[in-house]
Amino acid sequence: MDAILLQILNGLDKGSAYALIALGLTLIFGTLGVVNFAHGALFMIGAFCSVTLQRILNLSFETVDPTRTDFLGNPAVIKTPYVIDWFGESTGAAIIDWSVPLAILFAIPIMLVIGYVMERGLIKHFYKRPHADQILVTFGLAIVLQEIIKAFYGANPIQTPAPEALSGVVEVLPGILYPAWRVVYFCFSLVVIGAVFAFLQFTTFGMVVRAGMADRETVGLLGIDIDKRFTLMFGIAAGVAGLAGVMYGPINAPNYHMGMDFLVLSFVVVVVGGMGSLPGAVAAGFLLGILESFASMTWVIDLIPGINQIIIYLVAIIILLVRPRGLLGRKGVME
Amino acid sequence: MFGLQKKDTNLLLIVIALTMLAPFILNPFPTDSGLAQFNAGYPDLMQRFVIFGIFAIGFNILFGLTGYLSFGHAAFLGVGSYSAVWMFKLLSMNILPAIILSVVIAGLFSLLIGWISLRRTGIYFSILTLAFAQMSFALAYSVLTPITNGETGLQITLDDPRILGISQTADGSIPVTNLFGMEMRATTDLALGAWSFTFSMGYYVCAVLMILAFYMSIRIFRSPFGMMLRAIKSNQTRMNYTGLNPKPYTLAAFVISGMYAGLAGGLMASMDPLAGAERMQWTASGEVVLMTILGGAGTLIGPVLGAGMIKYFENIFSKINDNVLHTWFSFMPDGLENLMVGILHPFVGKGWHLTLGIIFMLVVAFLPGGLVEGGQRIGRMFGRKKPTDDTSAKTEPAE
Amino acid sequence: MSITNLTRRGVLRTGAVAGAGLALPTYLSAASHSGFTNAPGDSTVTLGFNVPQSGPYADEGADELRAYELAVEHLNGGGDGGMMGTFSSKVLDGTGILGRKVEYVTGDTQTKSDAARASAKSMIEKDGAIMITGGSSSGVAVAVQGLCQEAGVIFMAGLTHSNDTTGKDKKANGFRHFFNGYMSAAALAPVLEGLYGNDRKAYHLTADYTWGWTQQESIAAATEALGWETVNNVLTPLAATDFSSYIAPVLDSGADVLVLNHYGGNMVNSLTNAVQFGLRNKQVNGKNFEIVVPLFSRLMARGAGENIKGIVGSTNWHWSLQDEGSKAFVKSFGTKYGFPPSQAAHTCYVQTLLYADAVTRAGSFNPCAVVEALEGFEFDGMGNGPTLYRAEDHQCFKDVLVVRGKENPTSEFDLLEVVEVTPAAQVTYSPDNPMFAGGQLGSCNPGA
Repeated sequence: MDAILLQILNGLDKGSAYALIALGLTLIFGTLGVVNFAHGALFMIGAFCSVTLQRILNLSFETVDPTRTDFLGNPAVIKTPYVIDWFGESTGAAIIDWSVPLAILFAIPIMLVIGYVMERGLIKHFYKRPHADQILVTFGLAIVLQEIIKAFYGANPIQTPAPEALSGVVEVLPGILYPAWRVVYFCFSLVVIGAVFAFLQFTTFGMVVRAGMADRETVGLLGIDIDKRFTLMFGIAAGVAGLAGVMYGPINAPNYHMGMDFLVLSFVVVVVGGMGSLPGAVAAGFLLGILESFASMTWVIDLIPGINQIIIYLVAIIILLVRPRGLLGRKGVME
Repeated sequence: MFGLQKKDTNLLLIVIALTMLAPFILNPFPTDSGLAQFNAGYPDLMQRFVIFGIFAIGFNILFGLTGYLSFGHAAFLGVGSYSAVWMFKLLSMNILPAIILSVVIAGLFSLLIGWISLRRTGIYFSILTLAFAQMSFALAYSVLTPITNGETGLQITLDDPRILGISQTADGSIPVTNLFGMEMRATTDLALGAWSFTFSMGYYVCAVLMILAFYMSIRIFRSPFGMMLRAIKSNQTRMNYTGLNPKPYTLAAFVISGMYAGLAGGLMASMDPLAGAERMQWTASGEVVLMTILGGAGTLIGPVLGAGMIKYFENIFSKINDNVLHTWFSFMPDGLENLMVGILHPFVGKGWHLTLGIIFMLVVAFLPGGLVEGGQRIGRMFGRKKPTDDTSAKTEPAE
Repeated sequence: MSITNLTRRGVLRTGAVAGAGLALPTYLSAASHSGFTNAPGDSTVTLGFNVPQSGPYADEGADELRAYELAVEHLNGGGDGGMMGTFSSKVLDGTGILGRKVEYVTGDTQTKSDAARASAKSMIEKDGAIMITGGSSSGVAVAVQGLCQEAGVIFMAGLTHSNDTTGKDKKANGFRHFFNGYMSAAALAPVLEGLYGNDRKAYHLTADYTWGWTQQESIAAATEALGWETVNNVLTPLAATDFSSYIAPVLDSGADVLVLNHYGGNMVNSLTNAVQFGLRNKQVNGKNFEIVVPLFSRLMARGAGENIKGIVGSTNWHWSLQDEGSKAFVKSFGTKYGFPPSQAAHTCYVQTLLYADAVTRAGSFNPCAVVEALEGFEFDGMGNGPTLYRAEDHQCFKDVLVVRGKENPTSEFDLLEVVEVTPAAQVTYSPDNPMFAGGQLGSCNPGA
C-alpha cells in the first residue's frame, strides 16, 4: 500500500511538471494558434535563470593563499563571494542557499521579456503562415536558444540545490517519507495553475482573452485590440514554462537539452488533454505522470517487460482512438 | 518523354544530370586548397544525400500532397534497415533481396500504423504516428535487443549463418555488400590536375534508385491519384460529400511513403551494414519533416534539396575546427586572424547546430516556399520566364 | 559505365596528384605503392579524432579533444613532451610519427552510432585519416570499431566501458586502453567488502541498454561472490530523467545497498534522486544505507554536486595520482588549459601516444604491422602502472582505481579521493571468460 501511495506522489510530482509545460503550450495554441516547438527551450531557460542567479550570487573576489597550493603546485587562489563579503558570513550564505526560490523573482521578469520579444519579434509574423512553417521556425529558434545556453554553460548538468531547510524528507502521511522539495514543487504547481485559471476566469482581461480564443474575429469587431492581449498571454505562457523550469532545478540538475527531453512529452500531454482545452492539458499531465510512475513498478515491469518505456505513448494512442479529440478537446481545433 | 510533360521531363533530366555528375559538382575545390574542407564529393556523404533524398521524396508524397504530417516516418526507415541487415546476416550479401525485403516490411509496417493512425486527422494524427515511432524506438533500444542489438546497433559478424554465401572471406574478414558481385564500397579515383574525384559503386546504385524514386514521384504527382490526394488536403469534407471515401487514398499515400522510407533504410544498410535504433527516434522523424519543409513541401525537387542541405551541414560544418579556421586566416596578421577565428568559432565545429538553427529561421522567414522558392527567385532575377504550370507542382504547404 | 570495370576493393585516396598538368584523366591502379588504406605521404600523416561535440557528452568530448591536441603537439615536438618523457618506450622523439608531421581532423559523433560512423567515414574517405580514435559511449565505440575493421584503419577506442567492446564485439583493428565493467566489479568488490562487510542486500538500478546490462552482470557476479544478495535489478529507460518512481521502491525493499549502473546524465539524475529520498541517511537492517556508482567520472561527479560525497565507485585514472607519468600529464595539460584533465582526456592522450609508438616500433603505418606491434605490448609510465595490451582481445590490463566522493573538497576539481589502487593482476580475466565470449577478433584488415 505504501508503495502505491509513494508512486501516486511520484506521479503527481512528474505530472506537475508535465501539466505546467502543457498549460503554457495550450495557452499558445489556444490563443495564438501557433505550434511552438520552442516551448521546451523556454522551460530550459527558466531552469538556467536559477543557474545564472546562482552564478551571480557566487561572483567572487580572489585572494591568494600562499599556505596552500592548487593542482599544479602554484599558490592556491581562495574565492570569497561578494555576497558573503557584503552581508556577512551567515546572511550571505543564507542568500546563496536560497538562490532557487530567489530565482523565481529573477525569472519572472526575464521570462516575460523573453516571451514578449519572441512574440513581437518572431512569432507575430507567423500567425497567418501554415503550421509547417511555424514548426520550422520555432524548432530553429529552439536549437539556437539551446546552443547559446550550451556555449555559456557547457553540456554537463549543473546542480541548483534546494535550500538546506527544504532538501530533506518530510512525513507527508503517517509513515510515508517524501522529499520536501518535491512536495514544494507540487504545491507550487497547483498555485501557478490556480493563478492562471483564476486570471482567465475572474478578470475582465481573462474574459476578453477567452472570448478571443473562442472567436477572434468577433472580438476584434467589437473594437478590442486582441493582439495586444495575446502578446501578454504569450508572455504569461513563457513565464509559466520558466517558473516550471526554475523550480525543477533542484529535482534534476538542469542541462542544456532538458527542454528537448520534455518537448515531445508535453506535446503528447497537450494532445491527449485535447487541443485548446486548459483543464484537459492539466488533467492529462497528472494522468500521464501517475501512469508513468505505476508502469515503473517492479511487478508491472515483470508482467509486461518494457512497459515503462512506452506507457505514455501507449496511453496516448488508446485515448486518441477512444476519444477522437483527446480528453476534453474542442471540435475543430488543429484538425 | 517517359510519359511526362515537357517541363517534368526537363526537371527529371536535370536531376539525372546532377546526380550522375555529382562527384564532379560536389568537389569544386582542388584537393590541397583550404577550401577543400567544403568538398562534399566523397562516397559516404554522396550516398547520404541521395538516400535521404529518397526518404524526403517519399515523405513529401504524404505530407506535400495530402497534408497529413507524420511525425513517425523514421520508424519505417529503421525497420527497413533492420530487415536489410538481417537479410545480410541470414541470406546473402547481395543487396537486392535485402532492399526488396526492407521495402516490403516497411510497407507492411506502415500499412498497420497508417490504418490505425489515419482514423484521426490534423495534430491528432501527428501525435499518433509520433507515439508509434517512439514506441518502436524505445523497444528497439531495450526489450527487442535480441532482434535489434539495442544500443550498439545490428551489425554483421564473422559467424553469421549466411545461406547463400560465405560467413567469412578467406583472409578472415566479413564479406562486403554487393550487387551481383559489384562491391558497394568499390571506388575509383580520377585525378584531374589539382582536383581529385571519387566515383563510388554504392553511390551510383543509390543514385539510380533515387532517380527511379523521383520519376515515380513525378508520376504520382501528375496522376489522377495525386489529384485525389490534393483534394484531400484542400477540402476533405467536400470530398466526402461528392461520395468519395478519402481513407483508401490517404492510406495508399501513407504506405507508399512508408515504402520509400523502407527503401532508404535498406539502402543505408546496404551501403554500410549497420542498423542503429537512433534511426527511429523522434529526432530522426523530425529531421525528415524539417528537410521537406526546408526544401519546400509539396514541390517535386524541394525535399531533395532540403535533405542535401541538412546532411551537408551535419557532415561538413561539424568538421571545421579552430585548427582549420586558423589555416584559412593564416594570411592575416595575428590579431586579425584570432579575431576572425573568434567570430566564426561559435558557428562551426561543435556549433554546427547553431548555424543550422539560424538557417532554418532565415529560410522560413524570407523564403516561405523553402529553398525551391529561393531558386525560383534567382531564376526570375535572371529574367527567365516563370514556369507556367508552377502552381500545380507547388501547392500550399499543409498544416 | 566504364568505371565499374576499374573497381577495386577498399577506399583509396590519392595523396600525390601534384605536378604534371594533366588534362587527361589518370586512373590510379589497384597496384598502388602502399598496399593499405590511406597510406600517408612523405611529409604528413592525418589522424581522425571522432568525439561527441553535441549532445549530452559534449563536455567530455571537448576534454578528449583537448587531450588529442596536446598529444599532437607533443608528438610534433611542441610543449614539454608530457608523458612522452615518462613512457617506458623511448622511440618517440618529437619529430612526428616516422618523420611525418602529425595533422588531425575532428568530427562530431553526436553519441549516435549512425552519426559517429558517418563522421568516421568522412575522415577516412575524404581526409585520408590513417587512424580513428575517440568517443564517449560503448555503442559508438563498437559501431566505429566495426567500421574501421571494414575500412582497414586502426581504431583506438576512447571512453568505452562495456565488456562487449573487447568482448563479443572485439575486432582485430580495434584497441581499448580504457577499463571495462568486469574490471570495475573485480576492483570494487574487495573494497566494498572492507567498507560494508559481506552481509549486504544490493538493489540494482540499471540503464536499459547493453553497457548497463554488462556492468550490472559484472557487479552482481562479483558482489554475490562476496556473499552479498542481489535483491532486485530494475531496468530504467535511457530517456528517463526523473528516477523517483524507481528509487521509491528501494525504500521498503529491505535492501541496504543501492547500485546505480548509470552513466552521464542518467547517473547524475538517479544519484540526485536517491539522495533526495534520504537514502544516504537511512538505516536498514541495523546498517547504514550505502550507494555505489560503479563507473565514476569526475566531469559527471561535478554535475552531481554535493550528492557524490562518500559514494564509492571506480575510475580509469584520476589527476591526483602521484606517479611520474600522471604528474607530467597533469602538468602539461593543466599549464595549457588551466584545469586538470579528466579520465576521458587521459585515455585519449595515452591511446594517441601508444599508436604513434606502435607505428614507430613497427616502422610502418600498415595497420597489420601496427596491430602486431601493439599486441602483447608491455609498457609503463602512462599513469596506470605497468600495463599490458593483451593480444587475445586487444584490451589493456592495468591497475584500476577505486575512488570515493570527497567530503571536504579543496577545489572545484578535487571531488574524488583514491581509496585504493587495485593491482592489474586482481582485475585480469581469461580471454574466454563467459562475459566476454561470443566474438572473434578476426584478422587484421589493411584495406586497399
